[in-house]
Amino acid sequence: MPSDLFRLTVHEASRLLARREVSSRELTRAVLDRIGAVDGRLNAFITVTAELALEQAQEADARLDRGEGITPLTGVPAAIKDVICTRGVRTTCGSRMLEGFVPPYDATVIERLKAAGLVMVGKTNMDEFAMGSSGENSYFGPTRNPWDEERVPGGSSSGSAAAVAADACLYALGSDTGGSIRQPAALCGIVGLKPTYGRVSRYGLVAFASSLDQIGPMTKDVTDAALVLQAIAGHDPRDSTSAPVEVPDYTAALVPDLRGLRLGVPMEYMGEGVEEGVRQAVEGAIATLQDLGAEVDWEVSLPSTRYALACYYIIAPSEASANLARYDGVKYGYSYTEGASMWENMERTRQFGFGAEVKRRIMLGTYALSAGYYDAYYLKAQKVRTLIRREFEAAFQRCHALVTPVSPTPAFRLGEKVADPLQMYLSDVFTIPVNIAGLPSISVPCGFSQGLPVGLQVIGRPFDEPTVLRVAYAYEQASEWHRRRPSL
Amino acid sequence: MPIDRQEVLHMARLARVGLSEEDVARFQEQLSQILDYFQVLQELDTSEVPPTSHVLPLQNVMREDEPGAPMPSEDVLANAPQREGDFFKVRAVLEE
Repeated sequence: MPSDLFRLTVHEASRLLARREVSSRELTRAVLDRIGAVDGRLNAFITVTAELALEQAQEADARLDRGEGITPLTGVPAAIKDVICTRGVRTTCGSRMLEGFVPPYDATVIERLKAAGLVMVGKTNMDEFAMGSSGENSYFGPTRNPWDEERVPGGSSSGSAAAVAADACLYALGSDTGGSIRQPAALCGIVGLKPTYGRVSRYGLVAFASSLDQIGPMTKDVTDAALVLQAIAGHDPRDSTSAPVEVPDYTAALVPDLRGLRLGVPMEYMGEGVEEGVRQAVEGAIATLQDLGAEVDWEVSLPSTRYALACYYIIAPSEASANLARYDGVKYGYSYTEGASMWENMERTRQFGFGAEVKRRIMLGTYALSAGYYDAYYLKAQKVRTLIRREFEAAFQRCHALVTPVSPTPAFRLGEKVADPLQMYLSDVFTIPVNIAGLPSISVPCGFSQGLPVGLQVIGRPFDEPTVLRVAYAYEQASEWHRRRPSL
Repeated sequence: MPIDRQEVLHMARLARVGLSEEDVARFQEQLSQILDYFQVLQELDTSEVPPTSHVLPLQNVMREDEPGAPMPSEDVLANAPQREGDFFKVRAVLEE
């Protein structure tokens, strides 16, 4: 039995559990001890659910003993981003507004994971309402990057990324609206997969921008990403935007050979603004993909990329301003009650319940949707969204997948971009277009710059997660980056 | 395109977000910068381009209207900041 059980991947743990060489309780205790040892420094968790985890581990052990209904996730300790509703376990969204909110129901992804034998060790820290690229917008304090505690882990799935990188869980769920799974995965040196819009049910995911949000796996390697996606993907009648598309066997896509695949490198993603170490790591990865048999097309162009950020920062705040209208202090959440009127109470509830970035985006979205500005901002952005989609469609006429950097830079310092929202927004410049077009995309570790992890992004056609996984898996098997761990 | 103080206050009122004096000044500056950045979109001719509100080709998703068990009212009210009996308690909406 390995001495550091918490270091296992899902697929390694799953094998040991199935053979009964390790119990889920032993594994869960090891992970809880690890959280105790490292989380004082990292602040990756908002809530640790030790008691619940050990109960679930006991149930999983009984199931493993009986040998009935076992899946690769049965008894494997997981961390869940605190934007996903968990019945009976508080779900804060990193906000004072929901500090004491205990959902009366489970999100569909949680129901599915429970059916697969979930052991939940805790709910992870995040930028408030998933708005942010650094983890610094959490009411519960910033999360630190396990590779360098003076640096951000990325965001908004900051705690999920840091927890996986620090071996404080075996896998995690995140959510991605403009890069919130892939960017922190890249900055923390793990794998993060944003599925096609509609692939995974959003029922029970606290809404930020409903036409962009998607839940996905954050894992130690690509095989684990395939296993977790398998468990959570599929149509859900409770989410009307969930796609009635059959779920393939994702593990069948994990072959270490890229012959017959044509991969495009969009020129707009390798130009100005990409840090030198990031560029070198990504170019090195592309050379490896060629060695693995892929044909690389350097002539792909997505000229509207330079408009994607503006397009996103109109659409996402507009949707957010509508979605966050529900926080009125009446039905749940923080409530200010000392005002002179109902309106004053509502305004104070939202003044004190929301942090600065959330208020900024509500204001922006309100502006973009307001009379006189709707056509110039919101409608214009929706039209640009069409242009961005069309360019991706054209690129996928000639290529099976696209490869790019995830983030133009490695992890930046805590506090570095807090005062300048626009600079912060720029760190998602390569992930945002993918959400605008609704495509599947993965971040896989591809090297280091300044001693910090760098991620390679693989973008696929709608519902072609298998090709995305195949490219990432083949690369991973030909490299050693995913085996590196921060010293903590 | 700088926005003025009155516009910030108007947005805050539409969104029902209370702001401190400090917030008003800071948002006026930051929102002006961000809105200025959005002007880049005006470079694109989109007169012939239809808008995309949603990427999936789904429309009018229907299901049978089947009665089911509702969530128990205790569960619904469990997070209420203020309740009275089986009701959420709010301040008077209509003022005299």
